[in-house]
Amino acid sequence: MLERLITRLLKNIDNTLLIFISLTLVVGLFTLYSASGQNIFLVLNQLLYIGLGLILLWVTANIHPKYYAKLALPIYIVGFLLLLAVMFIGHTSHGAQRWLNLGMFKIQPSEIMRITVPITMAWYLAKQEFKRYAIDYVIASLFFILPVILIVNQPDLGTGLLITASGFYILFLAGLNWKFIVGVALGLFSLAPLIWANLYDYQKNRVLILIDPNQDPLGTGYHSIQSSIAMGSGGLIGKGWLNGTQGQLDFLPERTTDFIFAVFSEEFGLLGNLLLLGLFALIIGRCLMIASQAKDTFSRLLATNISLTFFTYIFINIAMVSGITPIVGVPLPLFSYGGTSMTVMLMSFGILMSMHSHKELIGSS
Amino acid sequence: MSFKKNSQSIYTSRFYFKRRIKLLSVFIVIAFLMLIGRFIYLQIFKYSFYKGLSENNRIAVIPNVPNRGLILDRNGIIMADNYFTYSLEVTPAKVTNLNQTIENLKPIVGLSVGDLKKFRKIFKESSSLDSIPIKTQPTEIEVARFVSHKLEFEGVEIKSRLFRQYPQGTFASHLIGHINRINPEDKETIKKQGWQQNYKGTESIGKLGIEKYYEARLHGKTGFQRVEIDVNGHAVRTLASTPAIEGDTITLSIDSKLQEIAENAFNKYRGALVAINPKNGEVLAFVSRPNFDPNLFVAGIDEDEWKILNESLDKPMLNRAINGLYPPGSTIKPFVALAALEHDIRNPTFTIKDPGFFSLPNSGHTYRDWKPFGHGVVNMVMAITVSCDTFFYGLGIELGIQKLSQFLSRFGFGEVTGIDMFGESSGLIPSPEWKQKKFKQPWYLGETVITSIGQGYTLVTPMQLAQATATLANGGRVIQPKLIQSIKNNQTGQLEVFQNKTIQGLRFKPENLALVKEGMINVTQPGGTAAAFGAGAPYKIAAKTGTAQVIGLKANQKYNPSLINEKYRDHALFIAYAPAEDPTIAIALIVENGGHGGSTAGPIARKLLDYYLLKTVSPIKEDTKVNPPESEYHD
Repeated sequence: MLERLITRLLKNIDNTLLIFISLTLVVGLFTLYSASGQNIFLVLNQLLYIGLGLILLWVTANIHPKYYAKLALPIYIVGFLLLLAVMFIGHTSHGAQRWLNLGMFKIQPSEIMRITVPITMAWYLAKQEFKRYAIDYVIASLFFILPVILIVNQPDLGTGLLITASGFYILFLAGLNWKFIVGVALGLFSLAPLIWANLYDYQKNRVLILIDPNQDPLGTGYHSIQSSIAMGSGGLIGKGWLNGTQGQLDFLPERTTDFIFAVFSEEFGLLGNLLLLGLFALIIGRCLMIASQAKDTFSRLLATNISLTFFTYIFINIAMVSGITPIVGVPLPLFSYGGTSMTVMLMSFGILMSMHSHKELIGSS
Repeated sequence: MSFKKNSQSIYTSRFYFKRRIKLLSVFIVIAFLMLIGRFIYLQIFKYSFYKGLSENNRIAVIPNVPNRGLILDRNGIIMADNYFTYSLEVTPAKVTNLNQTIENLKPIVGLSVGDLKKFRKIFKESSSLDSIPIKTQPTEIEVARFVSHKLEFEGVEIKSRLFRQYPQGTFASHLIGHINRINPEDKETIKKQGWQQNYKGTESIGKLGIEKYYEARLHGKTGFQRVEIDVNGHAVRTLASTPAIEGDTITLSIDSKLQEIAENAFNKYRGALVAINPKNGEVLAFVSRPNFDPNLFVAGIDEDEWKILNESLDKPMLNRAINGLYPPGSTIKPFVALAALEHDIRNPTFTIKDPGFFSLPNSGHTYRDWKPFGHGVVNMVMAITVSCDTFFYGLGIELGIQKLSQFLSRFGFGEVTGIDMFGESSGLIPSPEWKQKKFKQPWYLGETVITSIGQGYTLVTPMQLAQATATLANGGRVIQPKLIQSIKNNQTGQLEVFQNKTIQGLRFKPENLALVKEGMINVTQPGGTAAAFGAGAPYKIAAKTGTAQVIGLKANQKYNPSLINEKYRDHALFIAYAPAEDPTIAIALIVENGGHGGSTAGPIARKLLDYYLLKTVSPIKEDTKVNPPESEYHD
């Protein structure tokens, strides 16, 4: 009886992916415990977010993809309006206006857009599948360009870049012509000085610091230097769990959130890094497999996009922590402490699973 | 139109899609390989580099500053020690608005103008990461009041600090010297000496006197604590620790009671006094008046206080005992007399008939004796006893400047005594060579005349005069004077006792020495120039008075002390040793603008001798009657 109930409950869940995800979450929790200075309450909090995220994962996995396609535009419009609202009545914290105070809780509309933009674009491009014109790509592009402008303005370059990447993935997967891609790339390249001129000072600094972190060792370069020290001193096998001095003695800034990978890397070394990357690769691989098996264009675009977004997060975060790219506020998925990023990430896996479990139904309908 | 895809079937679309997914997979693999490459670079190739940085991050070395060594007098009386006190300190780098913070502190701890000036001065000389005292020794109430407001003052802390103190106040200040905060100049010195490691955490350094000369011994050895620190620099735990080793205890040869008597005897006069044990060269008293309060310097002196000390006309910062340069006046006569006897220019039976002046042969230049109409018939002993100038004028001419200056140099005049104190002046014994070099002028015979009574170019320090007197007293042993007796290593308990170095033994004919001594003893007897000084002494004293001119007088001008501004009055000099038969103390002193040697300098010396030889303290007699004031001048 119970067995049947469980089977029924898990009917729409991809077990392989869930196992990979769970493994990563466990490693993440252990790392968080160490990174927080053995603060069990922080870990319990994170566990709560994970619980919430898993419920959302279950819910989203059980929703039929066609509803996503249907709901895409309305949610997008609401999200966009909220984003506009942030601009006028938003809550300022750390010099950026990102939050909307709704009395009970604060929400970050840019997070809503992060998941809504690809869905909407996938919906639009899938709808136009058989009579797609150049103008359709332009319209689809507007779906991400408009919110990105608002988000970068907040300013939140990290989320802006992620949504841009997400949008590009969709366009690319939908079959955007190579010539056009090359053209845009060249265009962006030639626009670089203009973009540079429009960056905020702190954003410019981050790029400059990447080139020479020692330029300002106590200021902007501090994060970069300290995380490199943490990783480098971890060596081959690491200093051992709870023994990372950089993390334990507070030298690493933001070590429960954006820089949590440095804590992991210091304590588990190169071998740990390889195992973790392997785990991430398994998740990405499984996701792409699900995506490639999807039967319709919408599912295909969305599923691939979710896999790629997951990859992008990982890559940008680790590249930033290990000093390859400038510092942008991007959390490490399934690791970094924080309710929004955790629940949104798990929810997106749920959506992905929904594409998988409902593929036959779509095909037949 | 290349973007047109309307002919695309669902299958071609899927085909394109799969191709692009493969492409993306390749991209992902490349991206991951890039990360792995970076990991290998950081964690394998740069491992030891980052490991070092992480150790540096985590481990701080905190110095354990040693207690500074004590300074004691020969009887164990404390001249300098340390005490713990609170100090309210500000670390400018941790304070957002320094001026506002100071304003806010005012009602709580009560900062005086002096406190603030001192703070500003130290602030200028320090780095903003240093903890700078803004109020030393706050009262307990102030400490309590501050502690209750502590949270409002980030970067301000109450610290417990070890302070130097000089319990005797201004007493013996030139001798003991003082410490002061380490300034950029001191940092250079520390670097040159290779002391950087040992001075981590040390805030003050000896600047003067014994405190400076024996800095290396007094400082002690800094211990270190290796502690694991967090990012805020707070110690998490101690990994290793070596204790500080306190500085050595220095025992001076100074008898602080004798010193005190001497200082009090000077009263309001400026001047200097050095008392030496002629048997071993130990300095028993080392006085330079006026003094200063060394305690003012300990926590950093403020600019106004320093200005007062430094610009005062009385020059309290001048160490007159080793840097005061004075013409020796008649105190040089016993040495000149001995020179003449040793060179067989004079013998005990030689006499002159003193008319009260001396005419230089072949020039008609006359040099007057201090006594109008002269002393009558004078032999060598008498010449010393009554300080007959005329006798010495002629003697000097016959002896010649070369022999005279050579002989005086052997007593140590003209060069540093080598006492354990920095910056000693060497004084001057003139010679024709010196004059030629300095002024490009030949030596004149008249200059020999005045040199033989201690006037002219000759300059001595009280220290040199004391050393020479001791040499005379002990029969010719030139001993390097020393202010310390022993140094005790407090860790090992080892006591290092210093034997004074005999620089050279001068050989004199005993009968010549006895003759000079006789003259000097007679100085303190009725008829001598310091008869009042010697009156009633139960022991025999050998002495010589002297007067050094501050301004030259015109040929027929009569020197009248009461008519002359005090600053232009002559300096009074005095040398003595006692008991004359077997001397245990030799004294040289100078009273600036004190007039005649016997009247102001003599009583000071007498009080010293009485205490040293009899252990009695006689009251100060302001005007002791003496023989007619002696004054030596020439035209």
